[in-house]
This record gives sequence, structure tokens and C-alpha cells, in this order.
Amino acid sequence: MFNRRSVLSGLAAGLVAASTPFATIAQEKLPVVASFSILGDFVRQVGGDRVNVTTLVGPDGDAHVYSPTPADAKTMATAKLIVVNGLKFEGWMTRLIKSSGTKAMIATATTGITPLKGDDDHGKAGHAHGHGHDHDIDPHAWQSVANAKVYVANIRDALVKADPAGKDAYEANATRYLAELDAVEGEIRAAVARIPAGRRKAITSHDAFGYFVKAYGIAFIAPQGVSTEAEASARDVARIIRQVKAEKVPAVFLENVTNPRLVEQIARESGAKIGGRIYSDALSDASGPAGTYIAMMKYNISEIEKALAANPA
Amino acid sequence: MLYDLLIGPFAEFDFMRRALVGILALSVSGAPIGVFLMLRRMSLTGDAMAHAILPGAALGYLVAGFSLPAMTLGGLAAGFAVALAAGAVARVTVIKEDASLAAFYLISLALGVTIVSLRGSAVDLFHVLFGNVLALDDEVLILLSSVASISLLALAALYRPLVMECVDPGFLRSVSRSGGIVHLTFLGLVVLNLVAGFHALGTLLAVGLMMLPAAAARFWTADITMLILLASGFAMLAGYAGLVVSYSAGANLPAGPAIILGAGAIYLGSLLLGSQGGLARRILPRPHLQR
Repeated sequence: MFNRRSVLSGLAAGLVAASTPFATIAQEKLPVVASFSILGDFVRQVGGDRVNVTTLVGPDGDAHVYSPTPADAKTMATAKLIVVNGLKFEGWMTRLIKSSGTKAMIATATTGITPLKGDDDHGKAGHAHGHGHDHDIDPHAWQSVANAKVYVANIRDALVKADPAGKDAYEANATRYLAELDAVEGEIRAAVARIPAGRRKAITSHDAFGYFVKAYGIAFIAPQGVSTEAEASARDVARIIRQVKAEKVPAVFLENVTNPRLVEQIARESGAKIGGRIYSDALSDASGPAGTYIAMMKYNISEIEKALAANPA
Repeated sequence: MLYDLLIGPFAEFDFMRRALVGILALSVSGAPIGVFLMLRRMSLTGDAMAHAILPGAALGYLVAGFSLPAMTLGGLAAGFAVALAAGAVARVTVIKEDASLAAFYLISLALGVTIVSLRGSAVDLFHVLFGNVLALDDEVLILLSSVASISLLALAALYRPLVMECVDPGFLRSVSRSGGIVHLTFLGLVVLNLVAGFHALGTLLAVGLMMLPAAAARFWTADITMLILLASGFAMLAGYAGLVVSYSAGANLPAGPAIILGAGAIYLGSLLLGSQGGLARRILPRPHLQR
């Protein structure tokens, strides 16, 4: 049986093991933790072979309502750099950083981005979430490629700071990746230009596309508030159905993280067609259509173009 | 206009009509079951069973995604397993049924949370915990109405032994040995209604539409037939009022909680004004020898 001494010494050994710096591992690869899959992809692109990235909320996971596991805390304790989105996207992250006792550097990827208000509809989102005005900020900044470039620059700087020896590699990777992002930006703008101006609107099940809307001029309307945590009211759903009917919104989209039934109901009732599944808060797994950020943005815009393109009829 | 407030939303929107039909089906079967739960002093059993079905539903979700049959079957299996295990333990050991039920539902709940987390991310556990009454498709409506029909038929068949067990379980045991079977079938009905309710209201709120109207009805009558009718009526009223409020309230009021709050308001109103032991009657007693 366990006696008190063996239990205590076991605990002590565990503590020592957890707090010992992993000197040998750190020499090989820089351990980096990213809060969710899209950030993870950015870090991978910039860090290349020099970093070992762990993402806490994996593919298709909803980072708004994630509940961390002890394994997450352990990963964070051994990390040298932690990359978070900020803008109150991962509310659970601050607590986890504290409780894990990590000494890692914290990099906020959205530093320098001008946040959008979540919902301009007379502060309705504020009512839905209550508590404080900061909650009105839309955290889904990566939905515009211009912001993604800020993310990448922030991540590059953080990596250089955490691992000065790899400065040249990080800067080269970032420059290459930023160029790729520019190309994607061009593709998206070209695709939007091909959609007739009157048809540049759609419905999705949660309001994650504020930055996309602002950057590319396609209007997205959502029955839920900014966060997936809020449940829609009958009034909101009714308002959206009326709007879809009145403005002849051509399509509704499903997202990879929320309840599909609500969107299906809206489509059925308003006569809009159901577009493909688009990705908002999480990548798909590597074999899916949106394994990386660039793949995700390309996939989304192709689905959007398909659904909104002028009807042949 | 009164029409715009009370009827307009249902005339204009399909989703409001579907929500109403779903809630009415739940009220017809859930509220009578709530009455029997209350009379048998098992009011908290409903809550326990609602938690017990979570791992099954979660497992169904993980295996087949957001699929109605998978989540329903999973929930039913988990609920029945907990009911049977709790009953069996109560019969063969010294532990009473309430304690063994508490033990099994807690195990079941923890298992459910674990299963959901195992996938590496809490894949919208909230959509499992809180269903959406505004998004009832044909599949769910058929499920709700089938459950209501089955429950009503079963209640009709079990009515006499159920009532007997409520008022005098000792007498039932002396004249019949069907007590165990009746009890298990009744628990089965509880699980069935909770699983149906969880698609519309979510696991946590489904119990509300079952228990609150029953408890409210008790303040108005002691007659079991009247209790059942009144409880169903209260549940329907709460469902209707909740939908109307969620539709017309200025704030962004989600429909599921609005319905349960409606039932809560009916309960509090009955508590104050009820003719059977309502607070107002206690404070202002009637003249002697007059009911």
C-alpha cells in the first residue's frame, strides 16, 4: 500500500521533474505552444524546423469554450514561448498560463491590430454577453489576410526574441510566408470581384467574419452573437429570416464549429440555398480541405464564390 | 396590436410553429410524468437522470457527429443503464435507491465530460447541454411526438398501479407483484422524455418543463386527474409564453431559458396565490369550517 512517505516523495519527485528545465530538448527545437490551430499554423510556417509547436485546441475545436486539461498545463510549463490570439478570444488562457506556472514568454499575435466592434446592431451583442464592454470586441481578426500578416510579423518577432540564434531562418521564413499571404489576398479580392455586387451577402451560424466583411465587402449575417457561447433568441432568428427574404440573400453557410440545425432551419424557411461548410475558428485536420491557414482562406473563398456566383437561371 | 404579439410570430414564421409544436408535445407527456415523480417524492430523480444521459449522448456525438439517431440511442442507453443499475443495487444491497442513483448518475456525468474532452477539444459541449428549440427539424419533431404518444399510452396502461404506488405502496405490494416492473417502466418513460426534451431544450432545461408545472399544479388541486391536466396546461402555457417573450422582448432573450423561466413564474405565482396551501391563503385564512 501507499504510505504517506512514499506518496510525498512521489509528489516531490513529480514537482522536481516538472520544474527541471529541459536543457537538452531546448537545444534541438524551441518548444512553442499556440492556443488554437490557426495560430499553430502561423508558428509552424515562420518557425520551420527550429520549433516544435503544440496547439491546445486542435482541428475543428471551438476555442471559445475550451476546457483545458492537465496535459495542457504540463505542455505550457515546458514551453519557451506561448502564442495567444488575444482580444479576449481564449478567456481560459490567462488562467491556464497562471496555473501552469510557466516561465515562457507570452506573445499576443493581435498586437497592433485595430479591433472591430463585435456587433453594430445597437449594442445587442453587449446584452447577450453582459459584463463589460471589452466583450464586444470581435476577436476573429485572422479572417482578413492583412491582419494575418500582422500576426505573422508578431510571431516572427517573438520567435527571434525567444531564440536569437535562429534570427536569419525566422526572418527568411516570414518573408517567404508574407509573400504567399499577399498572393492569397489577391486571389480573394479577384474572387470577390467576380461575384455580382448585389449577391455579396450570406448567412453563417456565428458571427466570425467581421474582419472578412470589412476587408472584402461580403456581408455576413449571423443568428448568434459574436461568441458561440450565446444562444440565439427567437427575435434574432426572425429578424434574419425577414432580412434574407427582403434582401434576397442567396446562400447560408455552415461552419465547422457550431450547431448546424439552426442554419438549416433558416435556409429552409427563407428559401436561401445552403452553401458549403466554411471554416472560421479552427482548421480542419491535415487531410481535410483547410489544413493550413492559406488552404482555409482559399477553400472558404472558393465555397463562397460557388454559392454566391450568379445563377445561370 | 395583440394579434401581432400573440399570434403573428407563429403565423409568419415556420420555426416558431415548429418550436411550439415541439414544446406542446413535450408538455403533453413530460408534465404528467413530472406529476408522478413529484407524488412519489422522486422530484430530484428527473434531474439525476438528465445528467445520466449525457455520456450516451456525448458518445453518440463523437461516433456519428451531430446525428439525431446516434445521440438519441446513446442517451437512452445511458439513461436505462443508470436506472437499472441504481434499481438493482437498491434491491440487493443495503444502499437505498436515492443513494445508488446519486452514485451512478455522478459516475455517468463525469464519464460524459471525459468522453467529450477525450476528443482533444470540447466540441461545443454547450450545444449538447443546451439544445435549441428554435432549430427543430422534421426528424426531431417526429421523435418528440412519437415519445409523447408512447408515453401517454404507457401511462394509461400503468395508471392504476402507478397511482397505487403513489398513495399506498404497501397495499400495491400486497395485492400484486408488478411493482418492480411498473417502477422500471416508469423510469424508462422518464428517460425517454428527457432524451426527447434534450434535443429541444438541452439536458439541463428539459427537467424544468417536467417538474415545474407539476409542482405548480399541486398548489391548486390534490386530485390526481386534475393535477395531470393542470400540469400539462401549465407546461404548454409556459412554452407558449416563453416563445412569445423570446420573440418580442427588447433584449436578446434565448428561447429555451425563457420557456423554463415562464414555468418558474407560473410556479412562483401558484406558490403565492394557490388555493391549496398557497402563501396568500395561509396569511389570510378562510372562516372556520369553510373550504
